[in-house]
Amino acid sequence: MKLSEKFERGDSLLKIIVIYAVLIVACVISVYPILNIFTVSLRPTDSLFSTSLAIIPKNATFQNYIAAFQQYELPRWLLNSLLVSSMVAVFSVILSVTAGYAFSRFDFFGKKSGLTMLLITQMFPATMMLLPLYIMLIKLGLNNNYIGLIIVYVSTSIPFNIWLLKGYFDTIPKSLEESAYVDGASIFRSFYQIIIPLASPAIALAALFGFMGAWSEYIVARVLITDADKLTLPIGLVNMQGQFNTAWGIYSAAALVTAVPVMILFVSLSKYLVGGLTLGSVKG
Amino acid sequence: MQACTRKPKRKRARSSNLQQTRWTPMWFIIPSAIVMALVVLYPLLYEISLSFRNVTLMNIKSKVYPWVGFANYKDILTDGLFYSTLLRTIIWTAVNVTFHVTFGVFLALLLNRKLPGKALIRVLLILPWAVPQYIVALTWKGMFNVEYGAVNIIITKFFGASAAIPWLTDPKWSFIAAIITNIWLGVPFMMMIALGGLQSIPQELYEAANVDGATSWQKIKSITLPLLKPVMTPAIVLGIVWTFNQVNVIYIITSGAASESSQILVTQVYKKAFEYFRYGYSAAFSVIIFLILMLFSTVFIKAQKLED
Repeated sequence: MKLSEKFERGDSLLKIIVIYAVLIVACVISVYPILNIFTVSLRPTDSLFSTSLAIIPKNATFQNYIAAFQQYELPRWLLNSLLVSSMVAVFSVILSVTAGYAFSRFDFFGKKSGLTMLLITQMFPATMMLLPLYIMLIKLGLNNNYIGLIIVYVSTSIPFNIWLLKGYFDTIPKSLEESAYVDGASIFRSFYQIIIPLASPAIALAALFGFMGAWSEYIVARVLITDADKLTLPIGLVNMQGQFNTAWGIYSAAALVTAVPVMILFVSLSKYLVGGLTLGSVKG
Repeated sequence: MQACTRKPKRKRARSSNLQQTRWTPMWFIIPSAIVMALVVLYPLLYEISLSFRNVTLMNIKSKVYPWVGFANYKDILTDGLFYSTLLRTIIWTAVNVTFHVTFGVFLALLLNRKLPGKALIRVLLILPWAVPQYIVALTWKGMFNVEYGAVNIIITKFFGASAAIPWLTDPKWSFIAAIITNIWLGVPFMMMIALGGLQSIPQELYEAANVDGATSWQKIKSITLPLLKPVMTPAIVLGIVWTFNQVNVIYIITSGAASESSQILVTQVYKKAFEYFRYGYSAAFSVIIFLILMLFSTVFIKAQKLED
């Protein structure tokens, strides 16, 4: 009796077991590589290269974490990346919230083609924007400058964010603003005071995507930033892993320090992900 | 830029009390329109102009780039390497997206059932999406290490020491290693899209099917999949475009796309541009890739519309 309440009606015990088995295998495959970073990060230097598959290695130690912060410039890379990523998140949200609202609520000349243009930007290969911007930034003397990096990241993150937010605004009934107009509020006031608070989950998602995009980007950063002082996390980490033999454990510790904060952010916002993403695509 | 577009907005709000005028939408659209024009549209036009010029490391600082017409395009399209790489890119994209969608939809179907503990399972399954891509690529690269990588350790445990695969040294195998990595990376996105789609299917349809005595396979085939299609189609187009343009995974796993025989078009362009410094050539190459994707998406979306 209780069983039938918790599971789908009419499922046999065997079926339930099979479903769980499949899901557990999938979970193991999905989590294992992340655990692998964790395992390697705990290995002492003398047993870095071991063929053991134990998740917590023998003589587990945090020395790799200490080394990552002391021998390498991990703190500086973290700060640099934090600065760039936060700026990207802020600008990306400001730009995409307003544009998403306009695309959702108003009719204006070029609305349809504007939305299509945004989709088309997703088809640009990485070099499409990077190459001309690189040459333009060299001409302006802005290479090795975060402004260039932030500009590139913001422009790559807003198309997706505008679509995401437009989709979310579409689900907020227009009657809410209309009653605010009747009460004498302006379009801008109702936007700030009614729509923005209601859309906060989607805005949080957009900020997250902006932040994560910048936090995790390697290909553009590698070209634009070459100054040792200005390296961001991705370039620092990849360079570190280049010296595979010596620094594998330290690299893993640093990778975990990098990945865990964004993973926590992502997971805590993931419940909004289901609604937000589909609504965007359904209405599209 | 923000400050100067925002101020007039406030002033206007106070002066014209609320009624939406012809210009209202503009205040919302202008900030991002300006940014997009400056950092997308202008570079795009500049890129197209570069693609007709001879720009290399030698003359990049001179700011004078001689016009060469279609020479760059001709270079690329008469090179046999382009076609073999294009073929490999198509295989790469087709294999990846097929697995992303199949696994994604399959897992979403399971997760959409009543199941104790599914919230936790869902979190574990979306983790690959949350890890920065370059860390994913570096980690899998470590796991593909011939001697100490987890993948070969597991393989040799089952099939003996001779079964070890030279994942990173043989270009063919490193291409497969890159595919495995990228499949792992892309499933969560499709799963979440499919999950959202499944939740929007009205429950009454299934109840009606139950009354008619439909089997669960029949329900999936004639209710779930057809209703999932409009949700999945845009996601699939996006997935194809993203996979076609995926630089990170291949570039890192194949150690800077070292071998020609494990590259796709974008990694080849990236290498030509930033390691061989052939800027004009790479600009033309980027335009060609873009045109291929445009053509594909237009045809794909038209075909989908015709089908409906």
